[in-house]
Amino acid sequence: MNLLDPQGPVAAANSTILVDSVFIMLAIVVPTIFAILAFAFWFRASNTKARYRPDFVYSGRVEMVVWAIPALTVILLGGVAWIGSHQLDPAAPVPGTGSPVRIQAVSLDWKWLFIYPDQRIATVNSLTVPAGAELNIQLTSSSVMNVFFIPQLGSMIYTMNGMVTKLNLRADNQGKLQGLSAHFSGDGFPDMMFDVNVVSPLAFPDWVTTTAKTDAVLNEDSYKKLMQQGIEKGRPTYRLEDPRLFDLIATQHIPPGPGPELVSDAGRPHSGGHDAR
Amino acid sequence: MPAVPTVEATMLGKLDWSAIPLDQPIPLAAGGVVLLVILGVLAWVVVKGHLPYLWHEWITSVDHKRIGVMYILLASVMLLRGGSDAIMMRIQQAIAYQSQGYLPPEHYNQIFSAHGTIMIFFVAMPFVIGLMNLVVPLQLGVRDVAFPTLNSVGFWLTATGALLVNLSLVIGEFARTGWLAFPPLSELSYSPGVGVDYYAWSLQISGVGTLVAGINLVTTVLKLRTKGMNYLRMPMFCWTTLASNLLIVAAFPILTATLAMLLLDRYLGFHFFTNEAGGNVMMFMNLIWAWGHPEVYILVLPAFGVYSEVVSTFSSKPLFGYRSMVLATMAICIISFMVWLHHFFTMGAGPDVNAIFGIASMIIAVPTGVKIYNWLFTMYGGRIRFATPMLWSVGFMVTFIIGGLTGVLVAVPPADFMLHNSMFLVAHFHNVIIGGVLFAAFAGFEYWFPKAFGFRLDERWGKVGFWFTFVGFWVTFMPLYIAGMLGMTRRMQHYDVAEWRPWMLVAAFGMLLLTIGVLAQVTQIVVSIRNREALRDRTGDPWDGRSLEWATSSPPPVFNFAFDPDVRGEDAYWALKHHAKQQQLEDHSGPEYQDIEMPKNSPTGFVCAFFATVMGFALIWHIWWMVILGGVGAFATFVVFAWRDHDEYVIPAAEVERIDRINIEERRNLVSLAGTL
Repeated sequence: MNLLDPQGPVAAANSTILVDSVFIMLAIVVPTIFAILAFAFWFRASNTKARYRPDFVYSGRVEMVVWAIPALTVILLGGVAWIGSHQLDPAAPVPGTGSPVRIQAVSLDWKWLFIYPDQRIATVNSLTVPAGAELNIQLTSSSVMNVFFIPQLGSMIYTMNGMVTKLNLRADNQGKLQGLSAHFSGDGFPDMMFDVNVVSPLAFPDWVTTTAKTDAVLNEDSYKKLMQQGIEKGRPTYRLEDPRLFDLIATQHIPPGPGPELVSDAGRPHSGGHDAR
Repeated sequence: MPAVPTVEATMLGKLDWSAIPLDQPIPLAAGGVVLLVILGVLAWVVVKGHLPYLWHEWITSVDHKRIGVMYILLASVMLLRGGSDAIMMRIQQAIAYQSQGYLPPEHYNQIFSAHGTIMIFFVAMPFVIGLMNLVVPLQLGVRDVAFPTLNSVGFWLTATGALLVNLSLVIGEFARTGWLAFPPLSELSYSPGVGVDYYAWSLQISGVGTLVAGINLVTTVLKLRTKGMNYLRMPMFCWTTLASNLLIVAAFPILTATLAMLLLDRYLGFHFFTNEAGGNVMMFMNLIWAWGHPEVYILVLPAFGVYSEVVSTFSSKPLFGYRSMVLATMAICIISFMVWLHHFFTMGAGPDVNAIFGIASMIIAVPTGVKIYNWLFTMYGGRIRFATPMLWSVGFMVTFIIGGLTGVLVAVPPADFMLHNSMFLVAHFHNVIIGGVLFAAFAGFEYWFPKAFGFRLDERWGKVGFWFTFVGFWVTFMPLYIAGMLGMTRRMQHYDVAEWRPWMLVAAFGMLLLTIGVLAQVTQIVVSIRNREALRDRTGDPWDGRSLEWATSSPPPVFNFAFDPDVRGEDAYWALKHHAKQQQLEDHSGPEYQDIEMPKNSPTGFVCAFFATVMGFALIWHIWWMVILGGVGAFATFVVFAWRDHDEYVIPAAEVERIDRINIEERRNLVSLAGTL
């Protein structure tokens, strides 16, 4: 999941900006650290060769330089930030080959549901995408906040109940990647890791066809079962009954997922965490 | 038909035996040990007959120096608690690779929430407020703060908050939501237990304490300065105190309001931040960070003040670019209110908003960078003595600059899209809070300890403590930067990713070094107390200081100064000393000694906090009769205080003279000694 080993254009651009910014700053930080250590060492009280200048308390030139150095750095980085924010806005298009793939991601307690509305299929904790195609991802949450993040594909984004966020990505190379939730969401949070299978554009339709043959059906009822608190070790797949399921979730026509069952009225409730493992 | 509440429910609310975590050995044992220690100390105090002394001289004291010391004591004890949490977390992440580790999620999640809450609200805050209380009136050359009794109330309410957080160890549970308790996770539907209530009520009560402390210190700096102490002659620490407390006064009400809304959601079925009925979680994010970002500067500005004092004193030079530093301080104070959105660039706010807040955040780095350079040039041409406080300061400069670099980095939105909430971020804010605030707390502690207690701290153990903490910090947190670059996110109770493991092991080893560092500092205090006669500071000026706190004896008399000091420039005491050296003797043909009026001790703070504790506990457990009892009690305490007849007592001129003569005698020896050198 190395951020410096990007597998798509968004991650590549993000990590380039990250590395460039570090080097721009190191250019002044390293000499400054060196100067701190050098001054501290040379002007030690026991060094008789160092000149004691208790009256050196103001110098217009030094002042100008010390305000100018950080200011210039920030002007430079500010430009990077401005351009970067616009070019790499999570909702900005990421053109790719072939037709874009629409994916609707829903964070549940504590698993990820990926809906492919055009393919009429859905998967849990496993995201399969064709290499090179633009991925138009819409995201929401069934209950609490989470953050959708595939480190090697780039930008993360929050998922919130009753709201839809947008993220466009592209995976350039076939292979297996990992994604995770980057915002703490409760007891099952560490198990919200998901697989990302980047397959060839030719293999993707085959995968869709195979997946569509599955017996399990995702509709309002099975979704409501799925959104109960608990973790999912397997990688279930579903046929999607109603392609509008995501909209029903995002517009709260399906009410938010429930929290833990209260066993007693006392201060320490039993949480889903117990049932979960 | 609504159920009729039972007698138990009326009397005890939600409280019953299941609140005691008998099935969880770790918190129970920890709580048990703490309880034993507290009971042991109490028993020792009572048996030895120290109770009246403690009551009259400390608990009811309204002396800013005593209150400052109590703040720092509270912070130090809580540092041990928060540090224990940190040790447990590092061990958990070191072993929880492809396993559950030794802490189940419901416990681990409480630990990181408590760690953050405690370290910010009950370690960093009381530590800096304690230092400000102890030092600022002395530096301003005044006898007291503006509102002495309110000051005591502020301290005791902070202590109430700390007590409630620790009570959650053994009765009930603490929040499992992280230290900012984001909804909807912190709403009743997803956190039905009392954990979030413990969190919110502790912070509500201690937040009131912090607010009154802020009001008190702002007023003190603005209204109570000695003759000639105009704004541009104030020591840097007073400036940073002013800036920090202005931020407290402006920002803490936002925290109070935000938590009040969360509590209304939880207690009365409101919908400010719920999923249902139009609640908006993004509103909470905005509000909590509108407080949270200034909070960072509330902590770090006084830290910058400490470094300014220490670097200048131990370089034997005035602070370089004083006016520039004042400007930088006030610039940080203002800009820090305009950057809160950088905490959630990844919420999809849009490119313009992200870019503007990113650039605003970077702009803060400019005055901060200026400060670093000004300390650098303060050292230039100095005669630097590497006493422990100076070691902490140089260690800070080197460490903080890296934290600043990573801070500016995460202010670049595209970089933040990869680093938000990651271990990289965890490393960044520990880099600035440990390297900035905690190092300053330790530097200030070593530096002003002789002033507070009349003897210096052992240098040898101090240096051992510094080196272990300094190296320990780097070994613990540099691996977390790397783990963040490897995609590791924060708050993982367990993980299966092999490439993260080695860095968690290194970090755990670093934690061991940090622990040794803390133990060395505890040893330092014990050793110093035992050798206090040898370490005695008779002159009141152990470091060849520059500001007015060193012009009085160590510890200072309750009235601080027998005469109001007359300030003629920056570095007031330095000028005074050199004037005296030239004259060979201090001039005593000054005005006659006068009677001094000082505020009377008052139990208001303690009693009020007692009732606040009762009320907070009752609110957490829904014991409504007890809520009323606590509320009425706290209010009545204030009514009684408001109707007091006499609030001051007089120290007769003869007594002032007697105390001052002793100080002058010691000081004369110092001056004549200096003259012979």
